[in-house]
Amino acid sequence: MLASEDGLPCNRDVHEDLLRKLRALLPSEAVLTDKEDLRPFECDGLSVYRRLPLVVVLPETITQVQAIMRLCHALQVPVVARGAGTGLSGGALPLSNGVLLSLAKFKRILHIDPENAMATLQPGVRNLAISEAAAAYGLYYAPDPSSQIACTIGGNVAENSGGVHCLKYGLTVHNILMLKVVTMEGELLTIGSETLDSPGYDLLALMTGSEGMLAVIVEVTVKLLAKPERTQVLLVAFDNVFKAGEAVGAIIAAGIIPAGLEMMDRLAIQAAEDYAHAGYPRDAEAILLCELDGPNAEVSEHIMEVREILQQSGATEVRTAANEAERQLFWKGRKSAFPAVGRISPDYYCMDGTIPRRQLPHVLRQISLWSEEYCLPVANVFHAGDGNLHPLILFDANKEDELARTEEFGQRILQLCVEVGGSITGEHGVGMEKINQMCIQFKAPELNQFHAIKAAFDPAGLLNPGKAVPTLQRCAEFGAMHVHHGQLPHAELERF
Amino acid sequence: MLERDISETLQQQVHNAVVNGAPLKIEGGNSKTFLGRETHGQVLDVSGHRGIVEHDPRELVLTARSGTPLKEIEAALADAGQMLAFEPPHFGEAPTLGGTIACGLSGPRRPYCGSARDFVLGCKLINGKGEILRFGGQVIKNVAGYDVSRLMVGAYGTLGVLLEISLKVLPRPAASYTLVQECTPAEAISKMSRLLSQPVPVDAACYHAGHCYLRVSGSEQAVKHAHAHLGGEMIEKSEPFWHALREHHLPFFGSANLLYRVIVKPATPPLEISGEWLLDWGGAQRWLVSDEPLALICERIATVGGHVTQFRGGENKGEIFQPLAAPMLVIHQRLKSSFDPNGIFNRGRIYANL
Repeated sequence: MLASEDGLPCNRDVHEDLLRKLRALLPSEAVLTDKEDLRPFECDGLSVYRRLPLVVVLPETITQVQAIMRLCHALQVPVVARGAGTGLSGGALPLSNGVLLSLAKFKRILHIDPENAMATLQPGVRNLAISEAAAAYGLYYAPDPSSQIACTIGGNVAENSGGVHCLKYGLTVHNILMLKVVTMEGELLTIGSETLDSPGYDLLALMTGSEGMLAVIVEVTVKLLAKPERTQVLLVAFDNVFKAGEAVGAIIAAGIIPAGLEMMDRLAIQAAEDYAHAGYPRDAEAILLCELDGPNAEVSEHIMEVREILQQSGATEVRTAANEAERQLFWKGRKSAFPAVGRISPDYYCMDGTIPRRQLPHVLRQISLWSEEYCLPVANVFHAGDGNLHPLILFDANKEDELARTEEFGQRILQLCVEVGGSITGEHGVGMEKINQMCIQFKAPELNQFHAIKAAFDPAGLLNPGKAVPTLQRCAEFGAMHVHHGQLPHAELERF
Repeated sequence: MLERDISETLQQQVHNAVVNGAPLKIEGGNSKTFLGRETHGQVLDVSGHRGIVEHDPRELVLTARSGTPLKEIEAALADAGQMLAFEPPHFGEAPTLGGTIACGLSGPRRPYCGSARDFVLGCKLINGKGEILRFGGQVIKNVAGYDVSRLMVGAYGTLGVLLEISLKVLPRPAASYTLVQECTPAEAISKMSRLLSQPVPVDAACYHAGHCYLRVSGSEQAVKHAHAHLGGEMIEKSEPFWHALREHHLPFFGSANLLYRVIVKPATPPLEISGEWLLDWGGAQRWLVSDEPLALICERIATVGGHVTQFRGGENKGEIFQPLAAPMLVIHQRLKSSFDPNGIFNRGRIYANL
């Protein structure tokens, strides 16, 4: 037995047996082992973590997926499932001794049922393609992560993806009805149903956001919504970021739930404007994008009310999109904020913490202090309506120490999010990236409960092992631990 | 002032139950005892663990202890112009938040706004090892760890004792009217199903006694426009009707020896099972008063992809919920023992071997 680069056991005989049997199950072009063929699968959207898998398989039927899983289970080979690879937390990072199971060939929209407002999809269908196909019936699929052109519905379910309309329309978990999944043992299960609820435990909720740890998603049925009669967006400028934060609370206090409520700070505004030419005011300290949708008459009333609230909150400019093209342009700026920041800095590190909205001034002040302390600029992009912060830390990985300082800075931000009553991740998932921070958010018995849940689905522990939920050992080594009522949670473990 | 936190007393009772191998029957306001299978054990009374822990209307989040009376929560929300948007049925005088979430029932607004589980953000619970655990949180987006909070919804207390629950809350609509039209069940189903792909502010739809009822809610102007578009006779003060529907106070429910809850796709045509029907949730939740046995109804409903619960009446020692497929039952049993390895919580409340 040899050890591979990630320290995992690697047994040549088992691997040869595995490859031979995979080639018997699948056409030759669906089993990749050459280094150059494996390269595109070495990372997901979080490219600081890279590793080549032992083999990539590209099945195209559920039966093939079941056969692959049964084989891997029999040979005790770990499996990592992958959609489009747009995930931002390293959830699809391969294992050097494991199979990377790509669902890329599952691309078909199986059925759109306008009468019951739902669609059945293979997991490799792109998020945006669902709404495009449903448009003919006046319907759409609500969750719209910024990567919606590329990301796939299977990955959306695995990560419980959000987007810019979560406050009103929810996350993926609120917008799906049924899954077909294949367990590590190769069993095909139907979870949820085409109806609004199902007998037994809510396994649909448990499976959503489980980051490929419980089963492989092979079919998804989503709920579709009627396209609103009217959608309008306001672009609002402020000379002070805290005034913008106050305005968000004031809109919600008035009993209005905007479809989207996004905030960007000066650095993000300038980067986005240079990139997308969205017409953002370059001299503003903060902008809000406030989207209102619904019946025409209601949107008109709400625009009037929101304008008044914004003026009272000290907005320096309130602009209503003149037409649909301008509305799309306002959003283009926001949705391209990440690549825009990517242009002004060699590297950036995107955080994904959530906080209760009232904590925004405190958290922004602290981030700005740390930004000075670490000499690392931060661009803030914020799903303001639902408290989901995306501070982007700008750094240069080629400069000595900068990645390490960035990671330390990022960790302090996440710790702060937990301290003020929030979470280390709002929509990007834990994956590999935030596995240590899980030790801050959860106590040992809670982590043990998570491990027990995984074991209920995957007793052999072969599906995406080592992601999403840290071992207690790892937390002890990590050192920064959840301290509950002044007691160390892992007192039973030896310290390193 | 918040009342005394009795988490530790409850935790001690769970510890004792584990040591003595004595099963527990979790009880809140005793309003939904009629639901589910009969369960035996020493009563674990959670109703003393009460009080709203936090409610900041601007955050759209409310956190309360599980024994808090639902009425107290609804009153606090109403004072702030807010509501529990899933309109939970009370089914009695003193329902608690814990029981509401454990049973996971939702009222007429459910298809248009979301179910009880959709609004759960986090919880604190005691598992079957007597550990107090927290999952989720008080923020709207949170994907750290498996979604245990939502798993608790509809688990009927079989996985743990809920201590505290955080919920997303919503503003009450400015105006709300009901539009009534006479029609056949088939016409109502087709009408309600067509509305799913139209941008109309309908937030409840049912068919009862020869009439289709649509509730339209939103701004005053939007509601008036909707009336003009949808037609029908407008009832302004219609809340008593929806309340009576939600609480099973309509005469239809009074006649029930045996009441079934039938869940199907909303556009499913009227089902040929003998008995009286009332369609709620725009056709997706159908109440059936019938003398037919559960097994027969399950079989029929399974053919249209739905499921059935024997909701009221009949004996509660056998199956009450639609049976699970064998591999799903295995997963359920493993999950149950991951939370409650000694099987002390609400033994058999959902299924005999769970």
